[in-house]
Amino acid sequence: MSNRLFLPAALAFGLILFGACRAVHNDYVFFAGYVVLQYVVLATAWNLLGGYTGYVNFGTAAFFALGAYSTVVLHKLFPLPIPALMLVGGLVSGIVGLGMGYLTLRLRGVFFSIATLALAVVAQTLITNWDFVGGSRGVYIVRPNETPILGSYVQYLFLAMLVLAVIAVATARAIERSRLGYGFAAIRDDELAAEASGVPTLRLKLVATTLSGAFMGMAGAPLPYYVTYLDPASGFSLAYAVNAIAMPLIGGTANWVGPLVGAVFLGTAQQIATVTIESALNLLIVGLLLVGFVIVAPNGIVGLVHGRARGRSS
Amino acid sequence: MAPPLLQVADLGKRFGGFVALEAINLTVEAGERVGLIGPNGSGKSTLVNCLCGALANDSGTVHFDGRAVDGMAAHRRTRLGMARSFQLPRPFAGLTVAGNLRVPLLYTAAHRGGARLSAVAIEVRCAELLQLVGLEDKAGRRPGDLTQVEMRKLELARAMAATPKLLIADEAMAGLSHVEVDDILALLLRLNDQGITIILIEHIMRAVMGFSERLVVLVAGRKIADGTPQEVIRHPEVERAYLGE
Amino acid sequence: MDLSYDLLTNAIVAGVLLGGFYAAVTIGISIAFGMLDIVNIAHPAFVILGSYIAYLLNTTLGLDPILGGLAMLPVFYALGALVYEVYYLAFERRGQESLRGLAFFFGLLFITEVALVLVFGVDYRFVEAPYIGPSLHLGFVGVPLRMLVPCVTALLMFGALQLFLSRTFVGRAIKAVSQNALALQLMAANPRRIKRTAFAISIATTAIAGALLIIIQPVEPSVGRDYIGRVFAICVLGGMGSLPGTLLGAMLLGIVENLTATFYGPSWSPAIAFGALLLTLALRPAGILGR
Repeated sequence: MSNRLFLPAALAFGLILFGACRAVHNDYVFFAGYVVLQYVVLATAWNLLGGYTGYVNFGTAAFFALGAYSTVVLHKLFPLPIPALMLVGGLVSGIVGLGMGYLTLRLRGVFFSIATLALAVVAQTLITNWDFVGGSRGVYIVRPNETPILGSYVQYLFLAMLVLAVIAVATARAIERSRLGYGFAAIRDDELAAEASGVPTLRLKLVATTLSGAFMGMAGAPLPYYVTYLDPASGFSLAYAVNAIAMPLIGGTANWVGPLVGAVFLGTAQQIATVTIESALNLLIVGLLLVGFVIVAPNGIVGLVHGRARGRSS
Repeated sequence: MAPPLLQVADLGKRFGGFVALEAINLTVEAGERVGLIGPNGSGKSTLVNCLCGALANDSGTVHFDGRAVDGMAAHRRTRLGMARSFQLPRPFAGLTVAGNLRVPLLYTAAHRGGARLSAVAIEVRCAELLQLVGLEDKAGRRPGDLTQVEMRKLELARAMAATPKLLIADEAMAGLSHVEVDDILALLLRLNDQGITIILIEHIMRAVMGFSERLVVLVAGRKIADGTPQEVIRHPEVERAYLGE
Repeated sequence: MDLSYDLLTNAIVAGVLLGGFYAAVTIGISIAFGMLDIVNIAHPAFVILGSYIAYLLNTTLGLDPILGGLAMLPVFYALGALVYEVYYLAFERRGQESLRGLAFFFGLLFITEVALVLVFGVDYRFVEAPYIGPSLHLGFVGVPLRMLVPCVTALLMFGALQLFLSRTFVGRAIKAVSQNALALQLMAANPRRIKRTAFAISIATTAIAGALLIIIQPVEPSVGRDYIGRVFAICVLGGMGSLPGTLLGAMLLGIVENLTATFYGPSWSPAIAFGALLLTLALRPAGILGR
């Protein structure tokens, strides 16, 4: 299916999904669904840099939270509608991604990864010490009264995140099949050989980092309106970093399907689990799944399915 | 008379206290076939890396096609027309054989003459290259499925995909059988016929002697001989360096 | 802000002592990452684990934490060997150590922290020992014993490891394998076994480092995260596998951190190490590239 067809098809699918959720007449579906869709964006964004280009980002929480906190700042200065907030969040996190990439991407991949860990802590420390956004005590955000278009505010947030998820997945798919995607794959497989083949590796890595960071920031932008109370501990939660890595690695990093599968599977499972088991135990299971899959099934669920299919046909 | 394609003047490279290359002077004219030989550790690969931009030379200058390329990133040198194959093949393991060729086609060939190659033109060129090296029926396979000699051919094909003016083949025949060596040699001669300047770095004497119009010898980071193969092998220092070989 | 020389001197002394301790925490990474090129970001998790075990031994058996750490050396050594084997079989052998190896260690870091939360909860834990509390007073400089004892222990551990690496066959083989695994193989030593020994040693050091940590400060599971930046910053500052470099880098960081904490408040401390790391990576690429 060509790119031109995929985007409208996916949007149509998304709208059908939205309609189905409305039919359930229970806002909880939208609450839970928002989180799953958020993870679809985070996982897809992570995979642009991780699975496609081969650079591991441990600082997902930083890009995500910076998007959330730009919304907090704007909320206090002059509130904007959600799509505009997403653009701002994306811009802020995209620039941070670019900056950080510029500082560290000339070095070996592992130094980039360690630097992303550093970034997460530095960003969290800065926000914790910034009283305008509430510092360590956190900040309360009041949702706007009028809801554009439809029923409850949560449904509106869900719809916004749904559109973002569709755009993120469609972008990943388009990149995969493009000249840019070939460049990324060459960098991932052998950066030295990629340079020798004419690939401007530094420039492409910066593109990947910026794009990945931007999508993460966009995913974080509506968060303050979703949770209504935001503090650095929850905004920068390690859960985001782990899930953003676990979901693509468990789903499969080779293409756009893996992160989607991983996010839906793991995200839904966690939403169900939070009701029944302790959140720490929940995260422990995610961590165990991550380690287990990485050791046993390095190509993820998608890889396993492909392996079966190939086995059957030969 | 046109300037030489490659002009290396007084090139030096050190790693900490170790002098890998010292005062290397080398000139290569367009269309030449130059052989580069030397004992292990003499600095041949370091020289290639400095020429292609994988390493930055500490002193001296490199001019390619009339332009100074010192400090230029490797990908830009490739786009100017300098291509190399790696001593140990470094394929893109996650892409198919054809995919491996698409990378340089997408990123280098486009830059010669301005406009990007269309998708159709890329596929045509890809098929041509695969045929040139005899890998047409392996187009959809992964590099992991290839034999040693097939990987070396892929390595050369990938360098060729960049439409180079100068091709540096770094020990492309190491560990191959007699017949396989002839195979690769024939390919390189074909390429030279098409006008591509070739620097061949090799240990296999009969290959390098038969192939080269000119032979350059590197020992312990210095150039000790530069002339026709017949002159060079009679050079006393060269004999000394290869005593016992 | 008054620049009181009393305060400044005390801050610097405390920083040096802190640095000694940081060196103890980092030495495992100097070996694992600096010499073996294994990016064990879970290293701080092992340190915290060491702290909790020292805590348990202290509260149930009344065992001095450092003795507890020493007692746990063989256990942590075995644990390190086990982790290396899994890492080798799953990643190094397949050549996938970059993406998946990193994810593996990140997973370990995460699992350890969450497991500790489940078992011990998020309350701070601390140990009791006769040297926690009193301080030496040299003029106007106060030297808390709970900082001095870990620093001295750290230096002893350093000395022991330095001797081991330069005098014993295994130690020298470890240094060799960090440079050229093939050459080592030709010397009829098994690189995999040497690496396993080295990695096991790096984890064994965390048993001691963990004990020292809980002497210096109360511990709760997320404390490990602050140390990720510190250990890698020190390792990079110190020039990767060099032990003396690690010690120097650790002291430097300890001093800078302590000065900042004294004059600007402790809430900035975590950022200092990471900021130092980012700056070092950005400004010193020539020293780190192409290893």
